[in-house]
Amino acid sequence: MSDLLIKGGRVIDPANGLDAVMDLLIERGRIARVGRKLESAAKRVIDAKGLWVTPGLVDMHVHLREPGYEYKETIASGSAAAAAGGFTSVACMANTNPVNDCGQITEFIVETARREAVVNVFPVGACTMGLKGEALANIGEMAAAGAVALSDDGRCAMNAQVMRKAMEYGAMFNLTTLVHAEDHNLTQGGVMNEGAVSAALGLRGQPAAAEEAIIARDIQIAEYLKLPVHFCHVSTAGAVELVRRAKERGVKVTAEAAPHHFTLTDEALKGYNTNAKMAPPLRTRADMEALRAGIAEGTMDAIATDHAPHSVIEKEVEFDQAAYGIVGLETALPLALALVREAGVAPARLIESLTARPAAILAIERGTLTENAAADVTIIDPGREWTVDPALFKSKGRNTPFGGWTARGRAMFTIVGGKIVHELKEQQA
Amino acid sequence: MSERELYRKRLVSMADLTPAHITRILDTARVMKGISERDVKKAPTLRGRTVINFFAEPSTRTRTSFEIAGKRLSADVINISAAGSSLSKGESLKDMVGNLRAMNPDLLVVRHGASGAPEMISRWVDCTVVNAGDGRHEHPTQCLLDLMTVREKKGTLEGLNVSIVGDIANSRVARSNLIGMRAMGMKVTVCGPATLLPPRAGEMADRVTSRIEEAVEGADVVMMLRIQTERMEGANFPNIREYSRMYCLTAERMKRAARGALVLHPGPVNLGVEIAPDVAEGPWSVILDQVTYGVAVRMAILYLLLGGGLPEQ
Ligand SMILES: [Zn+2]
Repeated sequence: MSDLLIKGGRVIDPANGLDAVMDLLIERGRIARVGRKLESAAKRVIDAKGLWVTPGLVDMHVHLREPGYEYKETIASGSAAAAAGGFTSVACMANTNPVNDCGQITEFIVETARREAVVNVFPVGACTMGLKGEALANIGEMAAAGAVALSDDGRCAMNAQVMRKAMEYGAMFNLTTLVHAEDHNLTQGGVMNEGAVSAALGLRGQPAAAEEAIIARDIQIAEYLKLPVHFCHVSTAGAVELVRRAKERGVKVTAEAAPHHFTLTDEALKGYNTNAKMAPPLRTRADMEALRAGIAEGTMDAIATDHAPHSVIEKEVEFDQAAYGIVGLETALPLALALVREAGVAPARLIESLTARPAAILAIERGTLTENAAADVTIIDPGREWTVDPALFKSKGRNTPFGGWTARGRAMFTIVGGKIVHELKEQQA
Repeated sequence: MSERELYRKRLVSMADLTPAHITRILDTARVMKGISERDVKKAPTLRGRTVINFFAEPSTRTRTSFEIAGKRLSADVINISAAGSSLSKGESLKDMVGNLRAMNPDLLVVRHGASGAPEMISRWVDCTVVNAGDGRHEHPTQCLLDLMTVREKKGTLEGLNVSIVGDIANSRVARSNLIGMRAMGMKVTVCGPATLLPPRAGEMADRVTSRIEEAVEGADVVMMLRIQTERMEGANFPNIREYSRMYCLTAERMKRAARGALVLHPGPVNLGVEIAPDVAEGPWSVILDQVTYGVAVRMAILYLLLGGGLPEQ
């Protein structure tokens, strides 16, 4: 007897070029079959009429805060937030305490996730010891323990030589470097985008050039080395253009965009809203439009949340002192689906940016409904309206600028390895 | 913001005020100045009202001005400074403000080093909040006293050419005056080294220049800003000598100004750095009048915001 039969949904599986109303059968934690009118004595049958059935969503950029900042989030609470948002796999960044810069920490994350997480957790190892941008981290050790990529996210190596060495050394283990592109000298003291709004609020700005300068630098290094490089949370129109041109001439460059950057502008900071403070900062309308176009055409390969939970004591303070970042796992899907309605993004491209593309960048065997693949599946109601209430988040973080928003689109079921880890009950609707 | 809200809620930015509000405040301030010129400098208007001057950043001048203003209107005025408060012992701003709120003040005057602190505080309390200067953001009562000084001396504001010279990017005085002066129909030029102009200055001012001669040419009002020598040297200009040579307002440079031009400075003055002694003390200078009008304007603000009603009502 099979475990689960999902009937009559619109199956969107970009990795296999599939977009059609079909059934999907899961057996022993694997995709058994995708086809029309499947009949099987399954333990459970889900009627997915009117719903999208997609590979489990992959978020290649989250902060789970464990070890070290368990008051902000834990691997358990962060993974529950992921499941609620429709994500079956997350890649967690290395800026924990201690930093994930050696094999033991990577092992700790893998082990804790195995015991406590309801979704797949893939650790990202640091490029450099302590994220200091100086000595290389224990890359071989972390690769052996299960790290899937390298990143000093939150920090950016100001020394280009260090970046070069991380790319070269990481490539031996098939680990791509994920770059948080920020010239810390140009952003020094800046707490938001530099422009008309920062001038009016009297807050120090971070110019778009601070992000673009590093992206240009690292594209040149990657091109010279003929190695891959990936840019995290791209936020400016200029950066989208740099990535576009690099791809055109064959550089192995990939990039991700975050929902807040393609949904909001720096206008959201008016009134000193610390829940709109993040790095890179919210930019202008032109930047937002460029990101949307970049996602539509595929220049922006992936959508990733940069889920960054913080406690209220780090947000209800003077703006200059407030922590950077917002939670994203439980609001990403409706914000991404809005791109289909508002920005001409094809459904298959959108799902690809949330599944097959990030899985390919991390080289993890996820993000597809290919037969015999791990049965990670998300069932989405693209039209379902709901009100974002941060008090109901599974994440410990309540730091979102989207509280009170009417969202459209929601994960109805999140299935990891054939097991239902999230099911939206009617009373939650 | 409606007039009703104005008199209840807050003054954190000059953008909170319409030109009609500003005119009303300046008219009221003129009446208040009369009280300050009497032998008995006290009116019973705010008797029984509590004003807390919460100064998380040191400032003797502004705090004293607010204190005198409150006392001349018979309010109970309490001063709390960061140095002696629990803020210096690691308490968060929100907790500190919660404590102040529990004391039921009618009005909080807030000076804070972080842009936006008064606006945040106004969301955490139910009493009226007046911004007495926040970070690099705004200093609305300074703007209002500047407007009053110019109006009393020139008889009008509309159509006057003003040049603000100095560290525009980091100045809350400049930011408030750009909003307030332009709202009152003045043409504002900002002038300073390119490194001390805000991004997209052209959208905030009528004219932008880095040459002081150009800024002073034909100006009815020249406002000089204090330059923070400690923080600036090396990063924003080579040294204070070069800054002075390029931007010090001298009597020679004032010859380019319009007849009867005024020189303002929010103080404290760096004599010989941004302004020459013969200008600071010369016939153009209204720097001491600004201090006098400062008390009058703050009396008017307290009076109007605490629901004292309008004089003619
Ligand atoms: Zn980052």
